[in-house]
Amino acid sequence: MHVPDGFLDAPTSIATGAVAVVAVGVALRGARRELDDKTAPLAGLVAAFVFATQMLNFPVGAGTSGHLMGGALAAVLVGPWTGVLCVSVVLIVQSLLFADGGITALGTNILLMAVTTVVVGWVVSRVLLKVLPKRVGLVAPAAAIGAFVSVPAAALVFTALYAVGGTADISLTTLATAMLGWHTLIGLGEGVITFLAVGAILSVRPDLVYAARGVITERDLVIKPKESVA
Amino acid sequence: MSETEKKRVPFKWVAVVIAVVALLLAGVVSYYASAHPDGLEYVAGRTGFLDSASEHGTADGPLADYGTKGVDNERLSGGLAGVIGTVVVLLLAGGLAMVVRRRSSSSTDEA
Repeated sequence: MHVPDGFLDAPTSIATGAVAVVAVGVALRGARRELDDKTAPLAGLVAAFVFATQMLNFPVGAGTSGHLMGGALAAVLVGPWTGVLCVSVVLIVQSLLFADGGITALGTNILLMAVTTVVVGWVVSRVLLKVLPKRVGLVAPAAAIGAFVSVPAAALVFTALYAVGGTADISLTTLATAMLGWHTLIGLGEGVITFLAVGAILSVRPDLVYAARGVITERDLVIKPKESVA
Repeated sequence: MSETEKKRVPFKWVAVVIAVVALLLAGVVSYYASAHPDGLEYVAGRTGFLDSASEHGTADGPLADYGTKGVDNERLSGGLAGVIGTVVVLLLAGGLAMVVRRRSSSSTDEA
């Protein structure tokens, strides 16, 4: 979903740029609470993994493809604030080094792929984990659903931005329908990849998964002599 | 976290595996990625605003469009670009996280 230069007009791009700067600034403060000597290197690895996986466009039919955005994945693995930072670094490197995503659209892309997908992915998976029974096995499915929802959500935010500052005169209903439709399909891929990646780390080191911490701790506190920690 | 678990996989191993997987995905598997336009590009083409995209400021850069300038072999060119990108992101994001993190011991303060 990398927006190139020229899709949105200058005022909108400046506005999204300002929002992105504020969001990254707030994330820098918030990430301090999530990062320690162990999770800091993990954040670098998660960002590298997101970059690598973003190169893997998967076909979604009719000559279209999609790739992971990774906001939900990063948020679940290393925490939402750090997740915003991880995906932002990916987007900055992609734009400056790989000419992927416009430079004037960097704020837009951070808003769409680093902020929207992290917020939606995190909130959805968080709510699910609050409602569902406290089981480590449910963390990966919750993350996958959050990831799935985050992609059409980002598509809707793009449509809203286009309604405000799109440079071409097109039907917004057509745009919204097409964006939502395709990105719901792409979201399925996002969900599957997130499920596999979160599940893989959970199976070896559940303590490294940020979203699983609450689940593990609460289980540790339950006094049930017969049942050992999963 | 409880230390009662029998054998915990050391963090170092987890880190190495994630790094190797990322490098393989970016360096090797990326060659087989779909070349079709992504969702946004496709919709832009269909809806009729793809033309409004302007030339990218770094379109002539040495790694533009995930290819390495001067490397003719397509597989090598893309793979190298992917590996370089993965390492750059790892160092930048990891470095940023190291600076931002709260320190358990009194290590060097940079920020």
